[in-house]
Amino acid sequence: MNGFLHELGKAPLTAKFGVVVVLLYILVALFAPLLAPFGESEVVGWEYQPWTTENWLGTDSLGRDMATRMIYGARNTIGIALLTTIIAFVVGSTAGFFAAVLQGWVDQLLSRAVDVVISIPTLIFALLLLTIFGASVTSLIGVIALIYATFVYRIARAVAMGIVVMDYVEAAQVRGEGLWWIMRKEILPNAAPPLVAEFGLRFCFVFLTISGLSFLGLGIQPPAADWGSMVRENASLITFGDLTPLIPAAAIGLLTVAVNFIVDWMLHKASGLKT
Amino acid sequence: MHHLLRLFVQRLALGLLTLFVVSLVIFLSIELLPGDVAQQVLGQSATPENLAAFRRELGLDQPAHTRYLAWFGGFLQGDLGNSLISGLPIWDLISERLYNTFFLAGFAALISVPLAVLLGVVSALYRETLLDKSINVATLTAISVPEFFVGYILVWLFAVEFALFPSIANLSEDASLGDRIYRTFLPALTLTLIVTAHMMRMTRASLINLLALPYIEMAQLKGASQRRLIVIHALPNAIAPIVTVIAINLAYLIVGVVIVEVVFVYPGMGQLLVDSVAKRDFTVVQTACLLFAATYILFNLASDLISIASNPRLLHRK
Repeated sequence: MNGFLHELGKAPLTAKFGVVVVLLYILVALFAPLLAPFGESEVVGWEYQPWTTENWLGTDSLGRDMATRMIYGARNTIGIALLTTIIAFVVGSTAGFFAAVLQGWVDQLLSRAVDVVISIPTLIFALLLLTIFGASVTSLIGVIALIYATFVYRIARAVAMGIVVMDYVEAAQVRGEGLWWIMRKEILPNAAPPLVAEFGLRFCFVFLTISGLSFLGLGIQPPAADWGSMVRENASLITFGDLTPLIPAAAIGLLTVAVNFIVDWMLHKASGLKT
Repeated sequence: MHHLLRLFVQRLALGLLTLFVVSLVIFLSIELLPGDVAQQVLGQSATPENLAAFRRELGLDQPAHTRYLAWFGGFLQGDLGNSLISGLPIWDLISERLYNTFFLAGFAALISVPLAVLLGVVSALYRETLLDKSINVATLTAISVPEFFVGYILVWLFAVEFALFPSIANLSEDASLGDRIYRTFLPALTLTLIVTAHMMRMTRASLINLLALPYIEMAQLKGASQRRLIVIHALPNAIAPIVTVIAINLAYLIVGVVIVEVVFVYPGMGQLLVDSVAKRDFTVVQTACLLFAATYILFNLASDLISIASNPRLLHRK
């Protein structure tokens, strides 16, 4: 931890900004029930009330407190995006390592299947699958995780391909270690650094895709508070010159920028260039 | 020359094969649902007549390959089948919207392509200066915020604060070209901002990559000016990557259109697709997805073919 703080002290301003913002979001998401003045879908007044000391950001289209919805939205939106990214990484990198170690027809089969999925635009494929499985949080997580697992697969496979030719992997194979052991003990530790940076980037894409789908009304479903659907529900306020409905959208953008800054810093450090 | 031709044909065949497999995936994806598809898709409240209509429409009583051949064959002949929910022929639903979507995407492309290349060259020319850094921050922000954020900010700015353009891009069928451009302006501007950011960053990156090559250093040592270096020496060699970037972004444009159309209530394919997903109108979703995916694949294919054709090493191979 001290080492990390030390590194952070030397990091460029953008990276520090990114870390602070991400920590702030995490705190808000974790302690949402303590921070929020009202209940997640509690109706506290009339529709579209202006900002007051009681309702900091006014009320939404159903008279719920906007500030409370924002705080709970952090928990729902980030939580679901994070869970989806984690699933995508577990599935994608396992399959990628698998293909790299076994090669042959397993590799061919997985890689060609991934080629097909990647050649369909992400949003379009997500919409197709959501039509089949119906719009619910479970199918949303499953569908998006599946689509992004294909991108992770490609990277994990490429990284692992460079590792399986190493002597220590061959030594492990000769020693008679099993496939699972080799993937977990030999490949994973060496493939981790590039995959961690990739995780940050993919999280941003997943986060934006899920927000987009929620904005379209096909992602996280009401009454759960979520930043994408909050924009959609209150968008009519914008035509009256009130920008409150855009606060959730700005919150999405800020987090994406912050994560991008951190990833840039990590990639820069990993590349070994001096600042 | 025949070597290049073979490469071309190979890539073309691969593209068409992809298109074919994708159409298979889109068509057969409904098989993913376990149990009775009709019941699952239409829900518990569906009447027996609805269920029967659904099965008949999708031909669920026939084996999958027969169904696929009938669907794809119909598709090639311009018979897209009927909507599951309204029963109207799909072609009647999409013909007008298809034109609108291409109009919007074309409009955005017409502004964004020259703008992106210009900005890319300028920021490569003045790299690491304040100008370059501000362009960098602006484009990074444009990429990081959701598309609907950009759209609504423009609505607020141009439709509410300054009241220059309508916030809703509803088109009447017999609108004149001028009226069409006026009403499509804000959605086109939204798309332009998003796509330009991507294209400009890639243009800058590919130019700067080239600047590390020895022949550029040679030109520098000869005393060529920065401007001459970029415009005369680097740009011709960067054309292949830039054209690729443009093709990829045009492909993206077609997809990005979905959210922008919803923001502006624009009567295009994206809006139709989203409505049909919400209604679970499977036949319309399939057709719309196939059209979107086909456009995307064709643009990517075009980018591949152009990059093969513009590579002198492939053109003049021994």
